[in-house]
Amino acid sequence: MSNLLGLEVKKIAPTPPEEVERVKNWINSEEYKEKNFARQALVITPAHACQPLGAELAAHGFEGTLPFVHGSQGCTSYFRSTFNRHYREPAPAASSAMSEDGAVFGGQNNLHEGLENAVALYKPKMIAVFTSCMPEVIGDDLTAFIKNAKQKGCVPNDLPTPYANTPSFNGCHIHGYDSMLVSILQTLTEGKQIEGRCTGKLNLIPGCDFNTGNYREYKRILKEFGVPYTLLADISETFDSPLDGHYRIYPGGTKLDDAADSINGKATIALGSYSTTKTFGWVKDNYSGKHVSMPVPFGVAKTDAFLMKISELFGKPIPDSLKAERGRAVDLMTDAHQYIHGKKFAVYGDPDYLLGYVSFLLEMGAVPYHILCSKGTKKLEKEIQALLDASMYGKEGKIYINKDLWHMHSLLMTDPVDAMIGDTHGKLQARTAKIPLFRFGFPVFDRVNLHRIPLIGYQGVLNMLSTICNKFIDITDDTCDDRHFEMMR
Amino acid sequence: MSDKIKTIDGITKESTQEMIDKSLSVYPEKGRKKRAPHLAPNDQSSGSACVKSNKKTVPGVMSARGCAYAGAKGVVWGPIRDMVHVSHGPVGCGWYSWGTRRNLVTGVTGVDKFDMQFTSDFQEKDIVYGGDKKLSVLLREAKDLFPLAKGISVLSECPVGLIGDDINSVAKASSKELGLPIIPCSCEGFRGVSQSLGHHISNDTIRDYIIGTREFAEPSSPYDIALIGEYNIGGDAWSTKPLLEECGLNVKAVWTGDGEIEKIAATHTVKLNVIHCYRSMNYMCKVMEEKYGIPWIELNFFGPTKIKQSLRKLAELFDDSIKEKVEAVIAKYDPQMQAVIEQYRPRLEGKKVMLYVGGLRPRHTINAYEDLGMACVGSGYEFAHGDDYDRTAPEMPDATVVYDDVSELEFEEFADALKPDLIGSGIKEKYLFQKMGIPFRQMHSWDYSGPYHGYLGFPTFARDIDMAINSPTWELVKAPF
Repeated sequence: MSNLLGLEVKKIAPTPPEEVERVKNWINSEEYKEKNFARQALVITPAHACQPLGAELAAHGFEGTLPFVHGSQGCTSYFRSTFNRHYREPAPAASSAMSEDGAVFGGQNNLHEGLENAVALYKPKMIAVFTSCMPEVIGDDLTAFIKNAKQKGCVPNDLPTPYANTPSFNGCHIHGYDSMLVSILQTLTEGKQIEGRCTGKLNLIPGCDFNTGNYREYKRILKEFGVPYTLLADISETFDSPLDGHYRIYPGGTKLDDAADSINGKATIALGSYSTTKTFGWVKDNYSGKHVSMPVPFGVAKTDAFLMKISELFGKPIPDSLKAERGRAVDLMTDAHQYIHGKKFAVYGDPDYLLGYVSFLLEMGAVPYHILCSKGTKKLEKEIQALLDASMYGKEGKIYINKDLWHMHSLLMTDPVDAMIGDTHGKLQARTAKIPLFRFGFPVFDRVNLHRIPLIGYQGVLNMLSTICNKFIDITDDTCDDRHFEMMR
Repeated sequence: MSDKIKTIDGITKESTQEMIDKSLSVYPEKGRKKRAPHLAPNDQSSGSACVKSNKKTVPGVMSARGCAYAGAKGVVWGPIRDMVHVSHGPVGCGWYSWGTRRNLVTGVTGVDKFDMQFTSDFQEKDIVYGGDKKLSVLLREAKDLFPLAKGISVLSECPVGLIGDDINSVAKASSKELGLPIIPCSCEGFRGVSQSLGHHISNDTIRDYIIGTREFAEPSSPYDIALIGEYNIGGDAWSTKPLLEECGLNVKAVWTGDGEIEKIAATHTVKLNVIHCYRSMNYMCKVMEEKYGIPWIELNFFGPTKIKQSLRKLAELFDDSIKEKVEAVIAKYDPQMQAVIEQYRPRLEGKKVMLYVGGLRPRHTINAYEDLGMACVGSGYEFAHGDDYDRTAPEMPDATVVYDDVSELEFEEFADALKPDLIGSGIKEKYLFQKMGIPFRQMHSWDYSGPYHGYLGFPTFARDIDMAINSPTWELVKAPF
């Protein structure tokens, strides 16, 4: 019963310190980099999660909606605690808690019992069902299961129960977001299209974005414009609810009626084409009005384009207040350029955010140098390359698709940069490379309040620039010799 | 075990049962029947479990439980610092459990400690064609890139077991090829009802693949012990290990906090196993007792009262030299602990705490709160078994509520009824209760603080509890308008 590997019984031999020292240097070498980049199977510290996490985000964006994971219980706990840690907010979600017998008999019984309990206990207005690995591997038929649940009365017939297949062995969180969102919209808008009706509203789909500040910023911009809107899906209240002595299980989200009526909208803008591919494809074919897919508005040029598009779609001039904001953002950009111009950055994250980082840095005369996406496509590579080619500050930039943060380690150690932009998970690499890490991505587990600070729009430019430039100035103050420690910077 | 029957003003078996019944009233009948045996008032004098436990989670009920993989990766294997731990399957499980337990480790990242996220990142083709080939390639790459790793654990995620991969054969062949212990651990998340089975499976893999395969280089002594079920959360082992050493004992291995696989493999030669987290590691203590005749003792290092009792209980098993050292240690720390109590007790006297955690804390920490003048008015476990609840009964005040695998709604109702001054539970519960205006500390992770174990930990524990309860921020929850 022991030593099943047939290991030779040996005395304990601690690694000699000089060997530790040798390997410590070796892992930072060119030789190691080559070996590291030759990896075929082992993935080390990837910068992406799995589909159901994104699906849960989309579900949280709707009024009274209970995210419901069909799969084993542990998955749900992992997703929930990820949101808890990032937002420091509650993240209610239920699970069908499948176990061994599910593997044999399928998950229908668990799903039905789970839905019945969830309806009774948590009184949702909508249950958004999505899958983790187990039902996907054994081939559970969600369409039939949900239909049967309604027939059996486990779920009231009129309770919207959208569902999405979100296998973790395919794509990543942004794809789960997309699949869940399109399913929710399909469910809610079914039979709601009315010939000749126009809500007069803009449907804005921000894409798989974990920053509640961004959602609030979109709403503010549209208010400035005086454009009525429906945000799909709005997580800003869900994950930024007030502390006043009462726990609300569903503190926010897009009203279900508004989402249902969104099919009669005047126009729909989907931001972030990588996390809204399916959703936008379906909206284009089914929604009334005009349809536009555009990049997430990071930096001035992309924000300009966003505002001009709204202006064009609604025949309204860009309000003076936003023109003034633009002017203030540009004012800071010129004031601060000297602290960031020519600085090299390593950036990593989700495709739509990466495109944003790159264009913002190029606008500042900074150099996006190592650009890494651990779940990307050729199309993404081309799109980033086009951004780099269009700027003299993009000449040195190199793109790494489907590489992970251990590849990033080798890049940083063999070809150093001044700073990194990403999420908390890059902190090991940043520490080894002794460079600052700007946590603009998801998740942020080790700083407070960052999810409330918008990164999009002109306001986002102000926030990102002050964070970055002041950090560089801090570094100068912290590391300069006494003779160069100055009052002014 | 406490002899005195502890009571709480206003809490009777009837009042507790009434509160339980109310919380169950919203369930459909089947759900109510399943949940009812998991909630009960404590019977302190009985010394035995008042609730059912270790049963399947009721579907659709918001449970805080994790899975077998979480128990294997997060709890038992993950903290071993000098091994590469591969999350074998899709990308998510490894990503979610990456750096989220606070089992601190010594060493240089990527050189002799491996606190990164290693995954085989299964794609559709791996599900269709199987992942065994990928696994053998990956193991070679790991050995190649991390030459100082002392071993590799392969921790299976759900799909691996479902598609019928044979990780045992891959591990055996690769282990031979690479000259490295490669431990296959079939801890798929759908197995069992909670993290608990993951602990058990991991213990079994230590039994089957590791124990007895190394020997300590130095000669043995009568004072050789191992510290089992100590995971070094927030540096706990860096408090308990030196404490035991100060008592004259040689701590030859720590399982598995800041752990080293070779020392774990050589643990079969120690004279005594000291276990802290009984739930997750009792299996190997029993194996070592049966197979190698090593006795084991369960101790509690939370709060000065329990530490003192534990050290004396421990000294009983050794000669007078240890007894003297233990008394000297107690004499040294007692006044320091008394000073801590004098500082904080006036601010905490009479405050009520509710607990809902994992392994040992729902019972082990109760007395530490009592040292500070507080009382525990409800406690429960995510994944305990009957023997854990047996051990809990004498620690909890009589008639207080005991809840097993408590659902979010039940917990909320209990808190609403009992109005505790503090709740000690996990990240998923934290913000719910803080929204209700109830002070909260994460008691799995020490809320990014620690250590809480041992004499070194108690001042930090006391400071944190005081900080949580008496923070002036709570006074601002109700607006004046």
